[in-house]
Amino acid sequence: MAASLARLPTAAPSPRRSRRAGDRLWSVGLVAAGGAILLVAGLVILVLGRAAAPAFHALGVGRFLAGQDWDPVSGAFGALPFIYGTLVTSAVAILVALPVAVGLSLFLAEMGPPRLRPPVAFAIETLASIPSVIYGLWGLFVLVPWVRTTVEPLLGRLLGWLPLFTGPRIGLGYLSAGLILAVMILPTIAAVTQEVLRSIPPALKEGALALGATRWEMIRIAVLPTARAGILGATLLGLGRALGETMAVTMVIGNAPEIHASLFAAGYSLPAVIANEFAEATSPLHLSALAALALVLLGVTLVLNSAARVLVLLTSRRLGEAS
Amino acid sequence: MSAAPQASPTATKISVERLDAWYGATHAVRGVSLEIPDRAVTALIGPSGCGKSTFLRCLNRMHELLPSARAEGRVLLDGEDLLSGEVDPVDLRRRVGMVFQRPNPFPTLSIRDNVIAGFKLNGMRGGRAETVERCLRQAALWDEVKDRLGASPLSLSGGQQQRLCIARALAVEPEVLLMDEPASALDPIATARLEELIHELKERYTIVLVTHNLQQAARTSDQTAFFYMGELAEAGRTEQIFTNPRERRTEDYVTGKFG
Amino acid sequence: MRLRRRLADLAMTGLCALAVGVALVPLASLLWLVVSRGLPGLTPAFLLGRPAPVGDPGGGVGNGIVGTFLMVGLASLLAVPIGVGAGIFLAEEGDGPLGRAIRFVAEVLACVPSIVLGIVAYAVVVIPMGHFSAIAGAVAMALLMVPPLARATEEFVRLVPGTLREASLALGVPAWRTSLRVVVRTALGGITTAMLLAVARAAGETAPLLFTSLNNQYWNLRPDLPTASLTVQIFNFAISPYESWHAQAWSGALALLLLVGVLNLLARFAARDRLGGGSR
Repeated sequence: MAASLARLPTAAPSPRRSRRAGDRLWSVGLVAAGGAILLVAGLVILVLGRAAAPAFHALGVGRFLAGQDWDPVSGAFGALPFIYGTLVTSAVAILVALPVAVGLSLFLAEMGPPRLRPPVAFAIETLASIPSVIYGLWGLFVLVPWVRTTVEPLLGRLLGWLPLFTGPRIGLGYLSAGLILAVMILPTIAAVTQEVLRSIPPALKEGALALGATRWEMIRIAVLPTARAGILGATLLGLGRALGETMAVTMVIGNAPEIHASLFAAGYSLPAVIANEFAEATSPLHLSALAALALVLLGVTLVLNSAARVLVLLTSRRLGEAS
Repeated sequence: MSAAPQASPTATKISVERLDAWYGATHAVRGVSLEIPDRAVTALIGPSGCGKSTFLRCLNRMHELLPSARAEGRVLLDGEDLLSGEVDPVDLRRRVGMVFQRPNPFPTLSIRDNVIAGFKLNGMRGGRAETVERCLRQAALWDEVKDRLGASPLSLSGGQQQRLCIARALAVEPEVLLMDEPASALDPIATARLEELIHELKERYTIVLVTHNLQQAARTSDQTAFFYMGELAEAGRTEQIFTNPRERRTEDYVTGKFG
Repeated sequence: MRLRRRLADLAMTGLCALAVGVALVPLASLLWLVVSRGLPGLTPAFLLGRPAPVGDPGGGVGNGIVGTFLMVGLASLLAVPIGVGAGIFLAEEGDGPLGRAIRFVAEVLACVPSIVLGIVAYAVVVIPMGHFSAIAGAVAMALLMVPPLARATEEFVRLVPGTLREASLALGVPAWRTSLRVVVRTALGGITTAMLLAVARAAGETAPLLFTSLNNQYWNLRPDLPTASLTVQIFNFAISPYESWHAQAWSGALALLLLVGVLNLLARFAARDRLGGGSR
């Protein structure tokens, strides 16, 4: 502290007026930087709205959103296959990632030895920092073959009576995309869940143990009910990430603008079709339709993330009251 | 004193022999031996950091939940050594209930479900409604909450929440009730009610009460143990500790010269 | 009954431990394959060369690495002043309605999918210029970097003790110099961490580059021309039907992983150095 004070800039000998000017300039600069963020947000909405307007005009909002055909050459633009693919892959991702993330978080926070925490936390952070194109590469050459030769036959044999697990087993499709998304959103869900678990007052857990609860019973009656809303928030944040994820999905979903009940089938997602077609869009209407897909994606993501934030906030606020 | 078939007040419920407890490098309890009589209130007093809370938490093995905590010595509950490998801490904690410094009802459960939370876990028989009423009556809370058993415990005052936690502890039918400064978060009126309750509960339960409030110890307890720097400085009948202590340190403490 | 409770406890503990294992398997598999398949091809010629036509031996990602550095550099020029400035604003004057609005919007922007930001960059740069360019890619990256940068900077500047600021102001140092020389300098380790993390994220980004910087088979340092990037090259190699290109995709992935990994490690060190109280 003393050392840094010694290096304080000495009071400028400049006249007071220039000092005021300096203060004002600095402050204007900061406000401008902050304002730039608002500007960017405005720009995102304005640009997408204007770009998407022609498509909504020409096709009609309802027909666009509910349309099942996508054929830029013949001018058919229906968004449903992409919306469906995005929702289905995200749902698979959540169903797989949520139990794993919650189990992992509980083990680290409540069950396992504390010295296990730093290395596992480091590993999970590493998982979060891997670029999505590398996930795509791994998905394409490792996950997809494994899904084709192992997962799909197994599911087909066990649950083949469900329409979800029927049809040709090609590997590329909803299932692979959902699984790779599960790996990618796991760090998000796990990180937020652990934060929520850490915010639970220890007194609550001791209260359960003092009644003669086993560790799992303590988790069941004191930890999970208290953390429920927070874990839901973590899930929605993960879902938000899954919806917008582009490269890894593009590389393993099969890129077929179709709707299938079976998870084994090839499909398409909102970000994937934008990534594949935007640079080579053939007509203004095609470009506009892609922008409209982006607008749909943006809307869904924003709603989900706001809901997630509110839930996490409510949990911590209620815990604040309880303790 | 009633002539009911009650164990004599001098029968020992818990016998602690040469107990040492650590957390991390801190040697919090040093060679403490203490006899805790059945159906009486034993107060543990002493300046903060003197080891009285750690001692208390050894009696239901909550101490070992802290990372790097350990305890050595013997704690005999009805002659059975709690610290030996044979006693399961989960079973033990049903027999030795605990009430904490701050009321900690489960916020997501209703008042009713809070009372029977432990009861359900232990798979105990008997009517749940009767248990809820019996325990809330014992905890002197029944009249205040009988019309809103389904409400959240967070709608109760601090004193009510603390009595709810007592009801919750009573529902598993413990033999001993440990109280760790149960009035520290309560106002004087709620504290007075709690002390009355302690007085009623000692008819059925062995109570060990940690308190930093000397008057409270004097008012509620039959036996008082004075802890100092992790050691048991003196223990005896409450009246004797407060009026005629043998130790100089005890005298200084109870007369307010330090602590 | 007692046995059943104990078994339930054991089973759930086992399941949760299993979850840790399940979470770590993909990471181990991914790292192992990227290293084992990527290492043989990770030669100087690969890192310094440019892509060769299919069938020709050799070929590399040198121009992609240069393009990534070029665009990340340009993006940082745009994003760092805005992000850090906004962060300082939020920390020092951000408790009013404007500050709250900016903080909220920054958080919302941070979760906008990167591909959507790519479309914005396309609209504001590619369309006016009439063609794809490194600048457009850099703008897309900058849009992605600003919100997290602003929030992280705010957190770190808020950590600077108020007494330090008051000490400086009491010496007669003007507010702006206090902010810049005392507050920002004290928070510099944290801000550096935030910048490195933002750069790492931008360097690994692919989707918005597909229609902003596009790609380029040749060396390019001109910001106004389409530019190759390591990530887009990996993508193109990976989805091609050729074995030799697949091998190059793995080598490129290893190079990218090393780059991102080094940036993340540096970010850790930058934070640790300051927290350790290094006053040099």
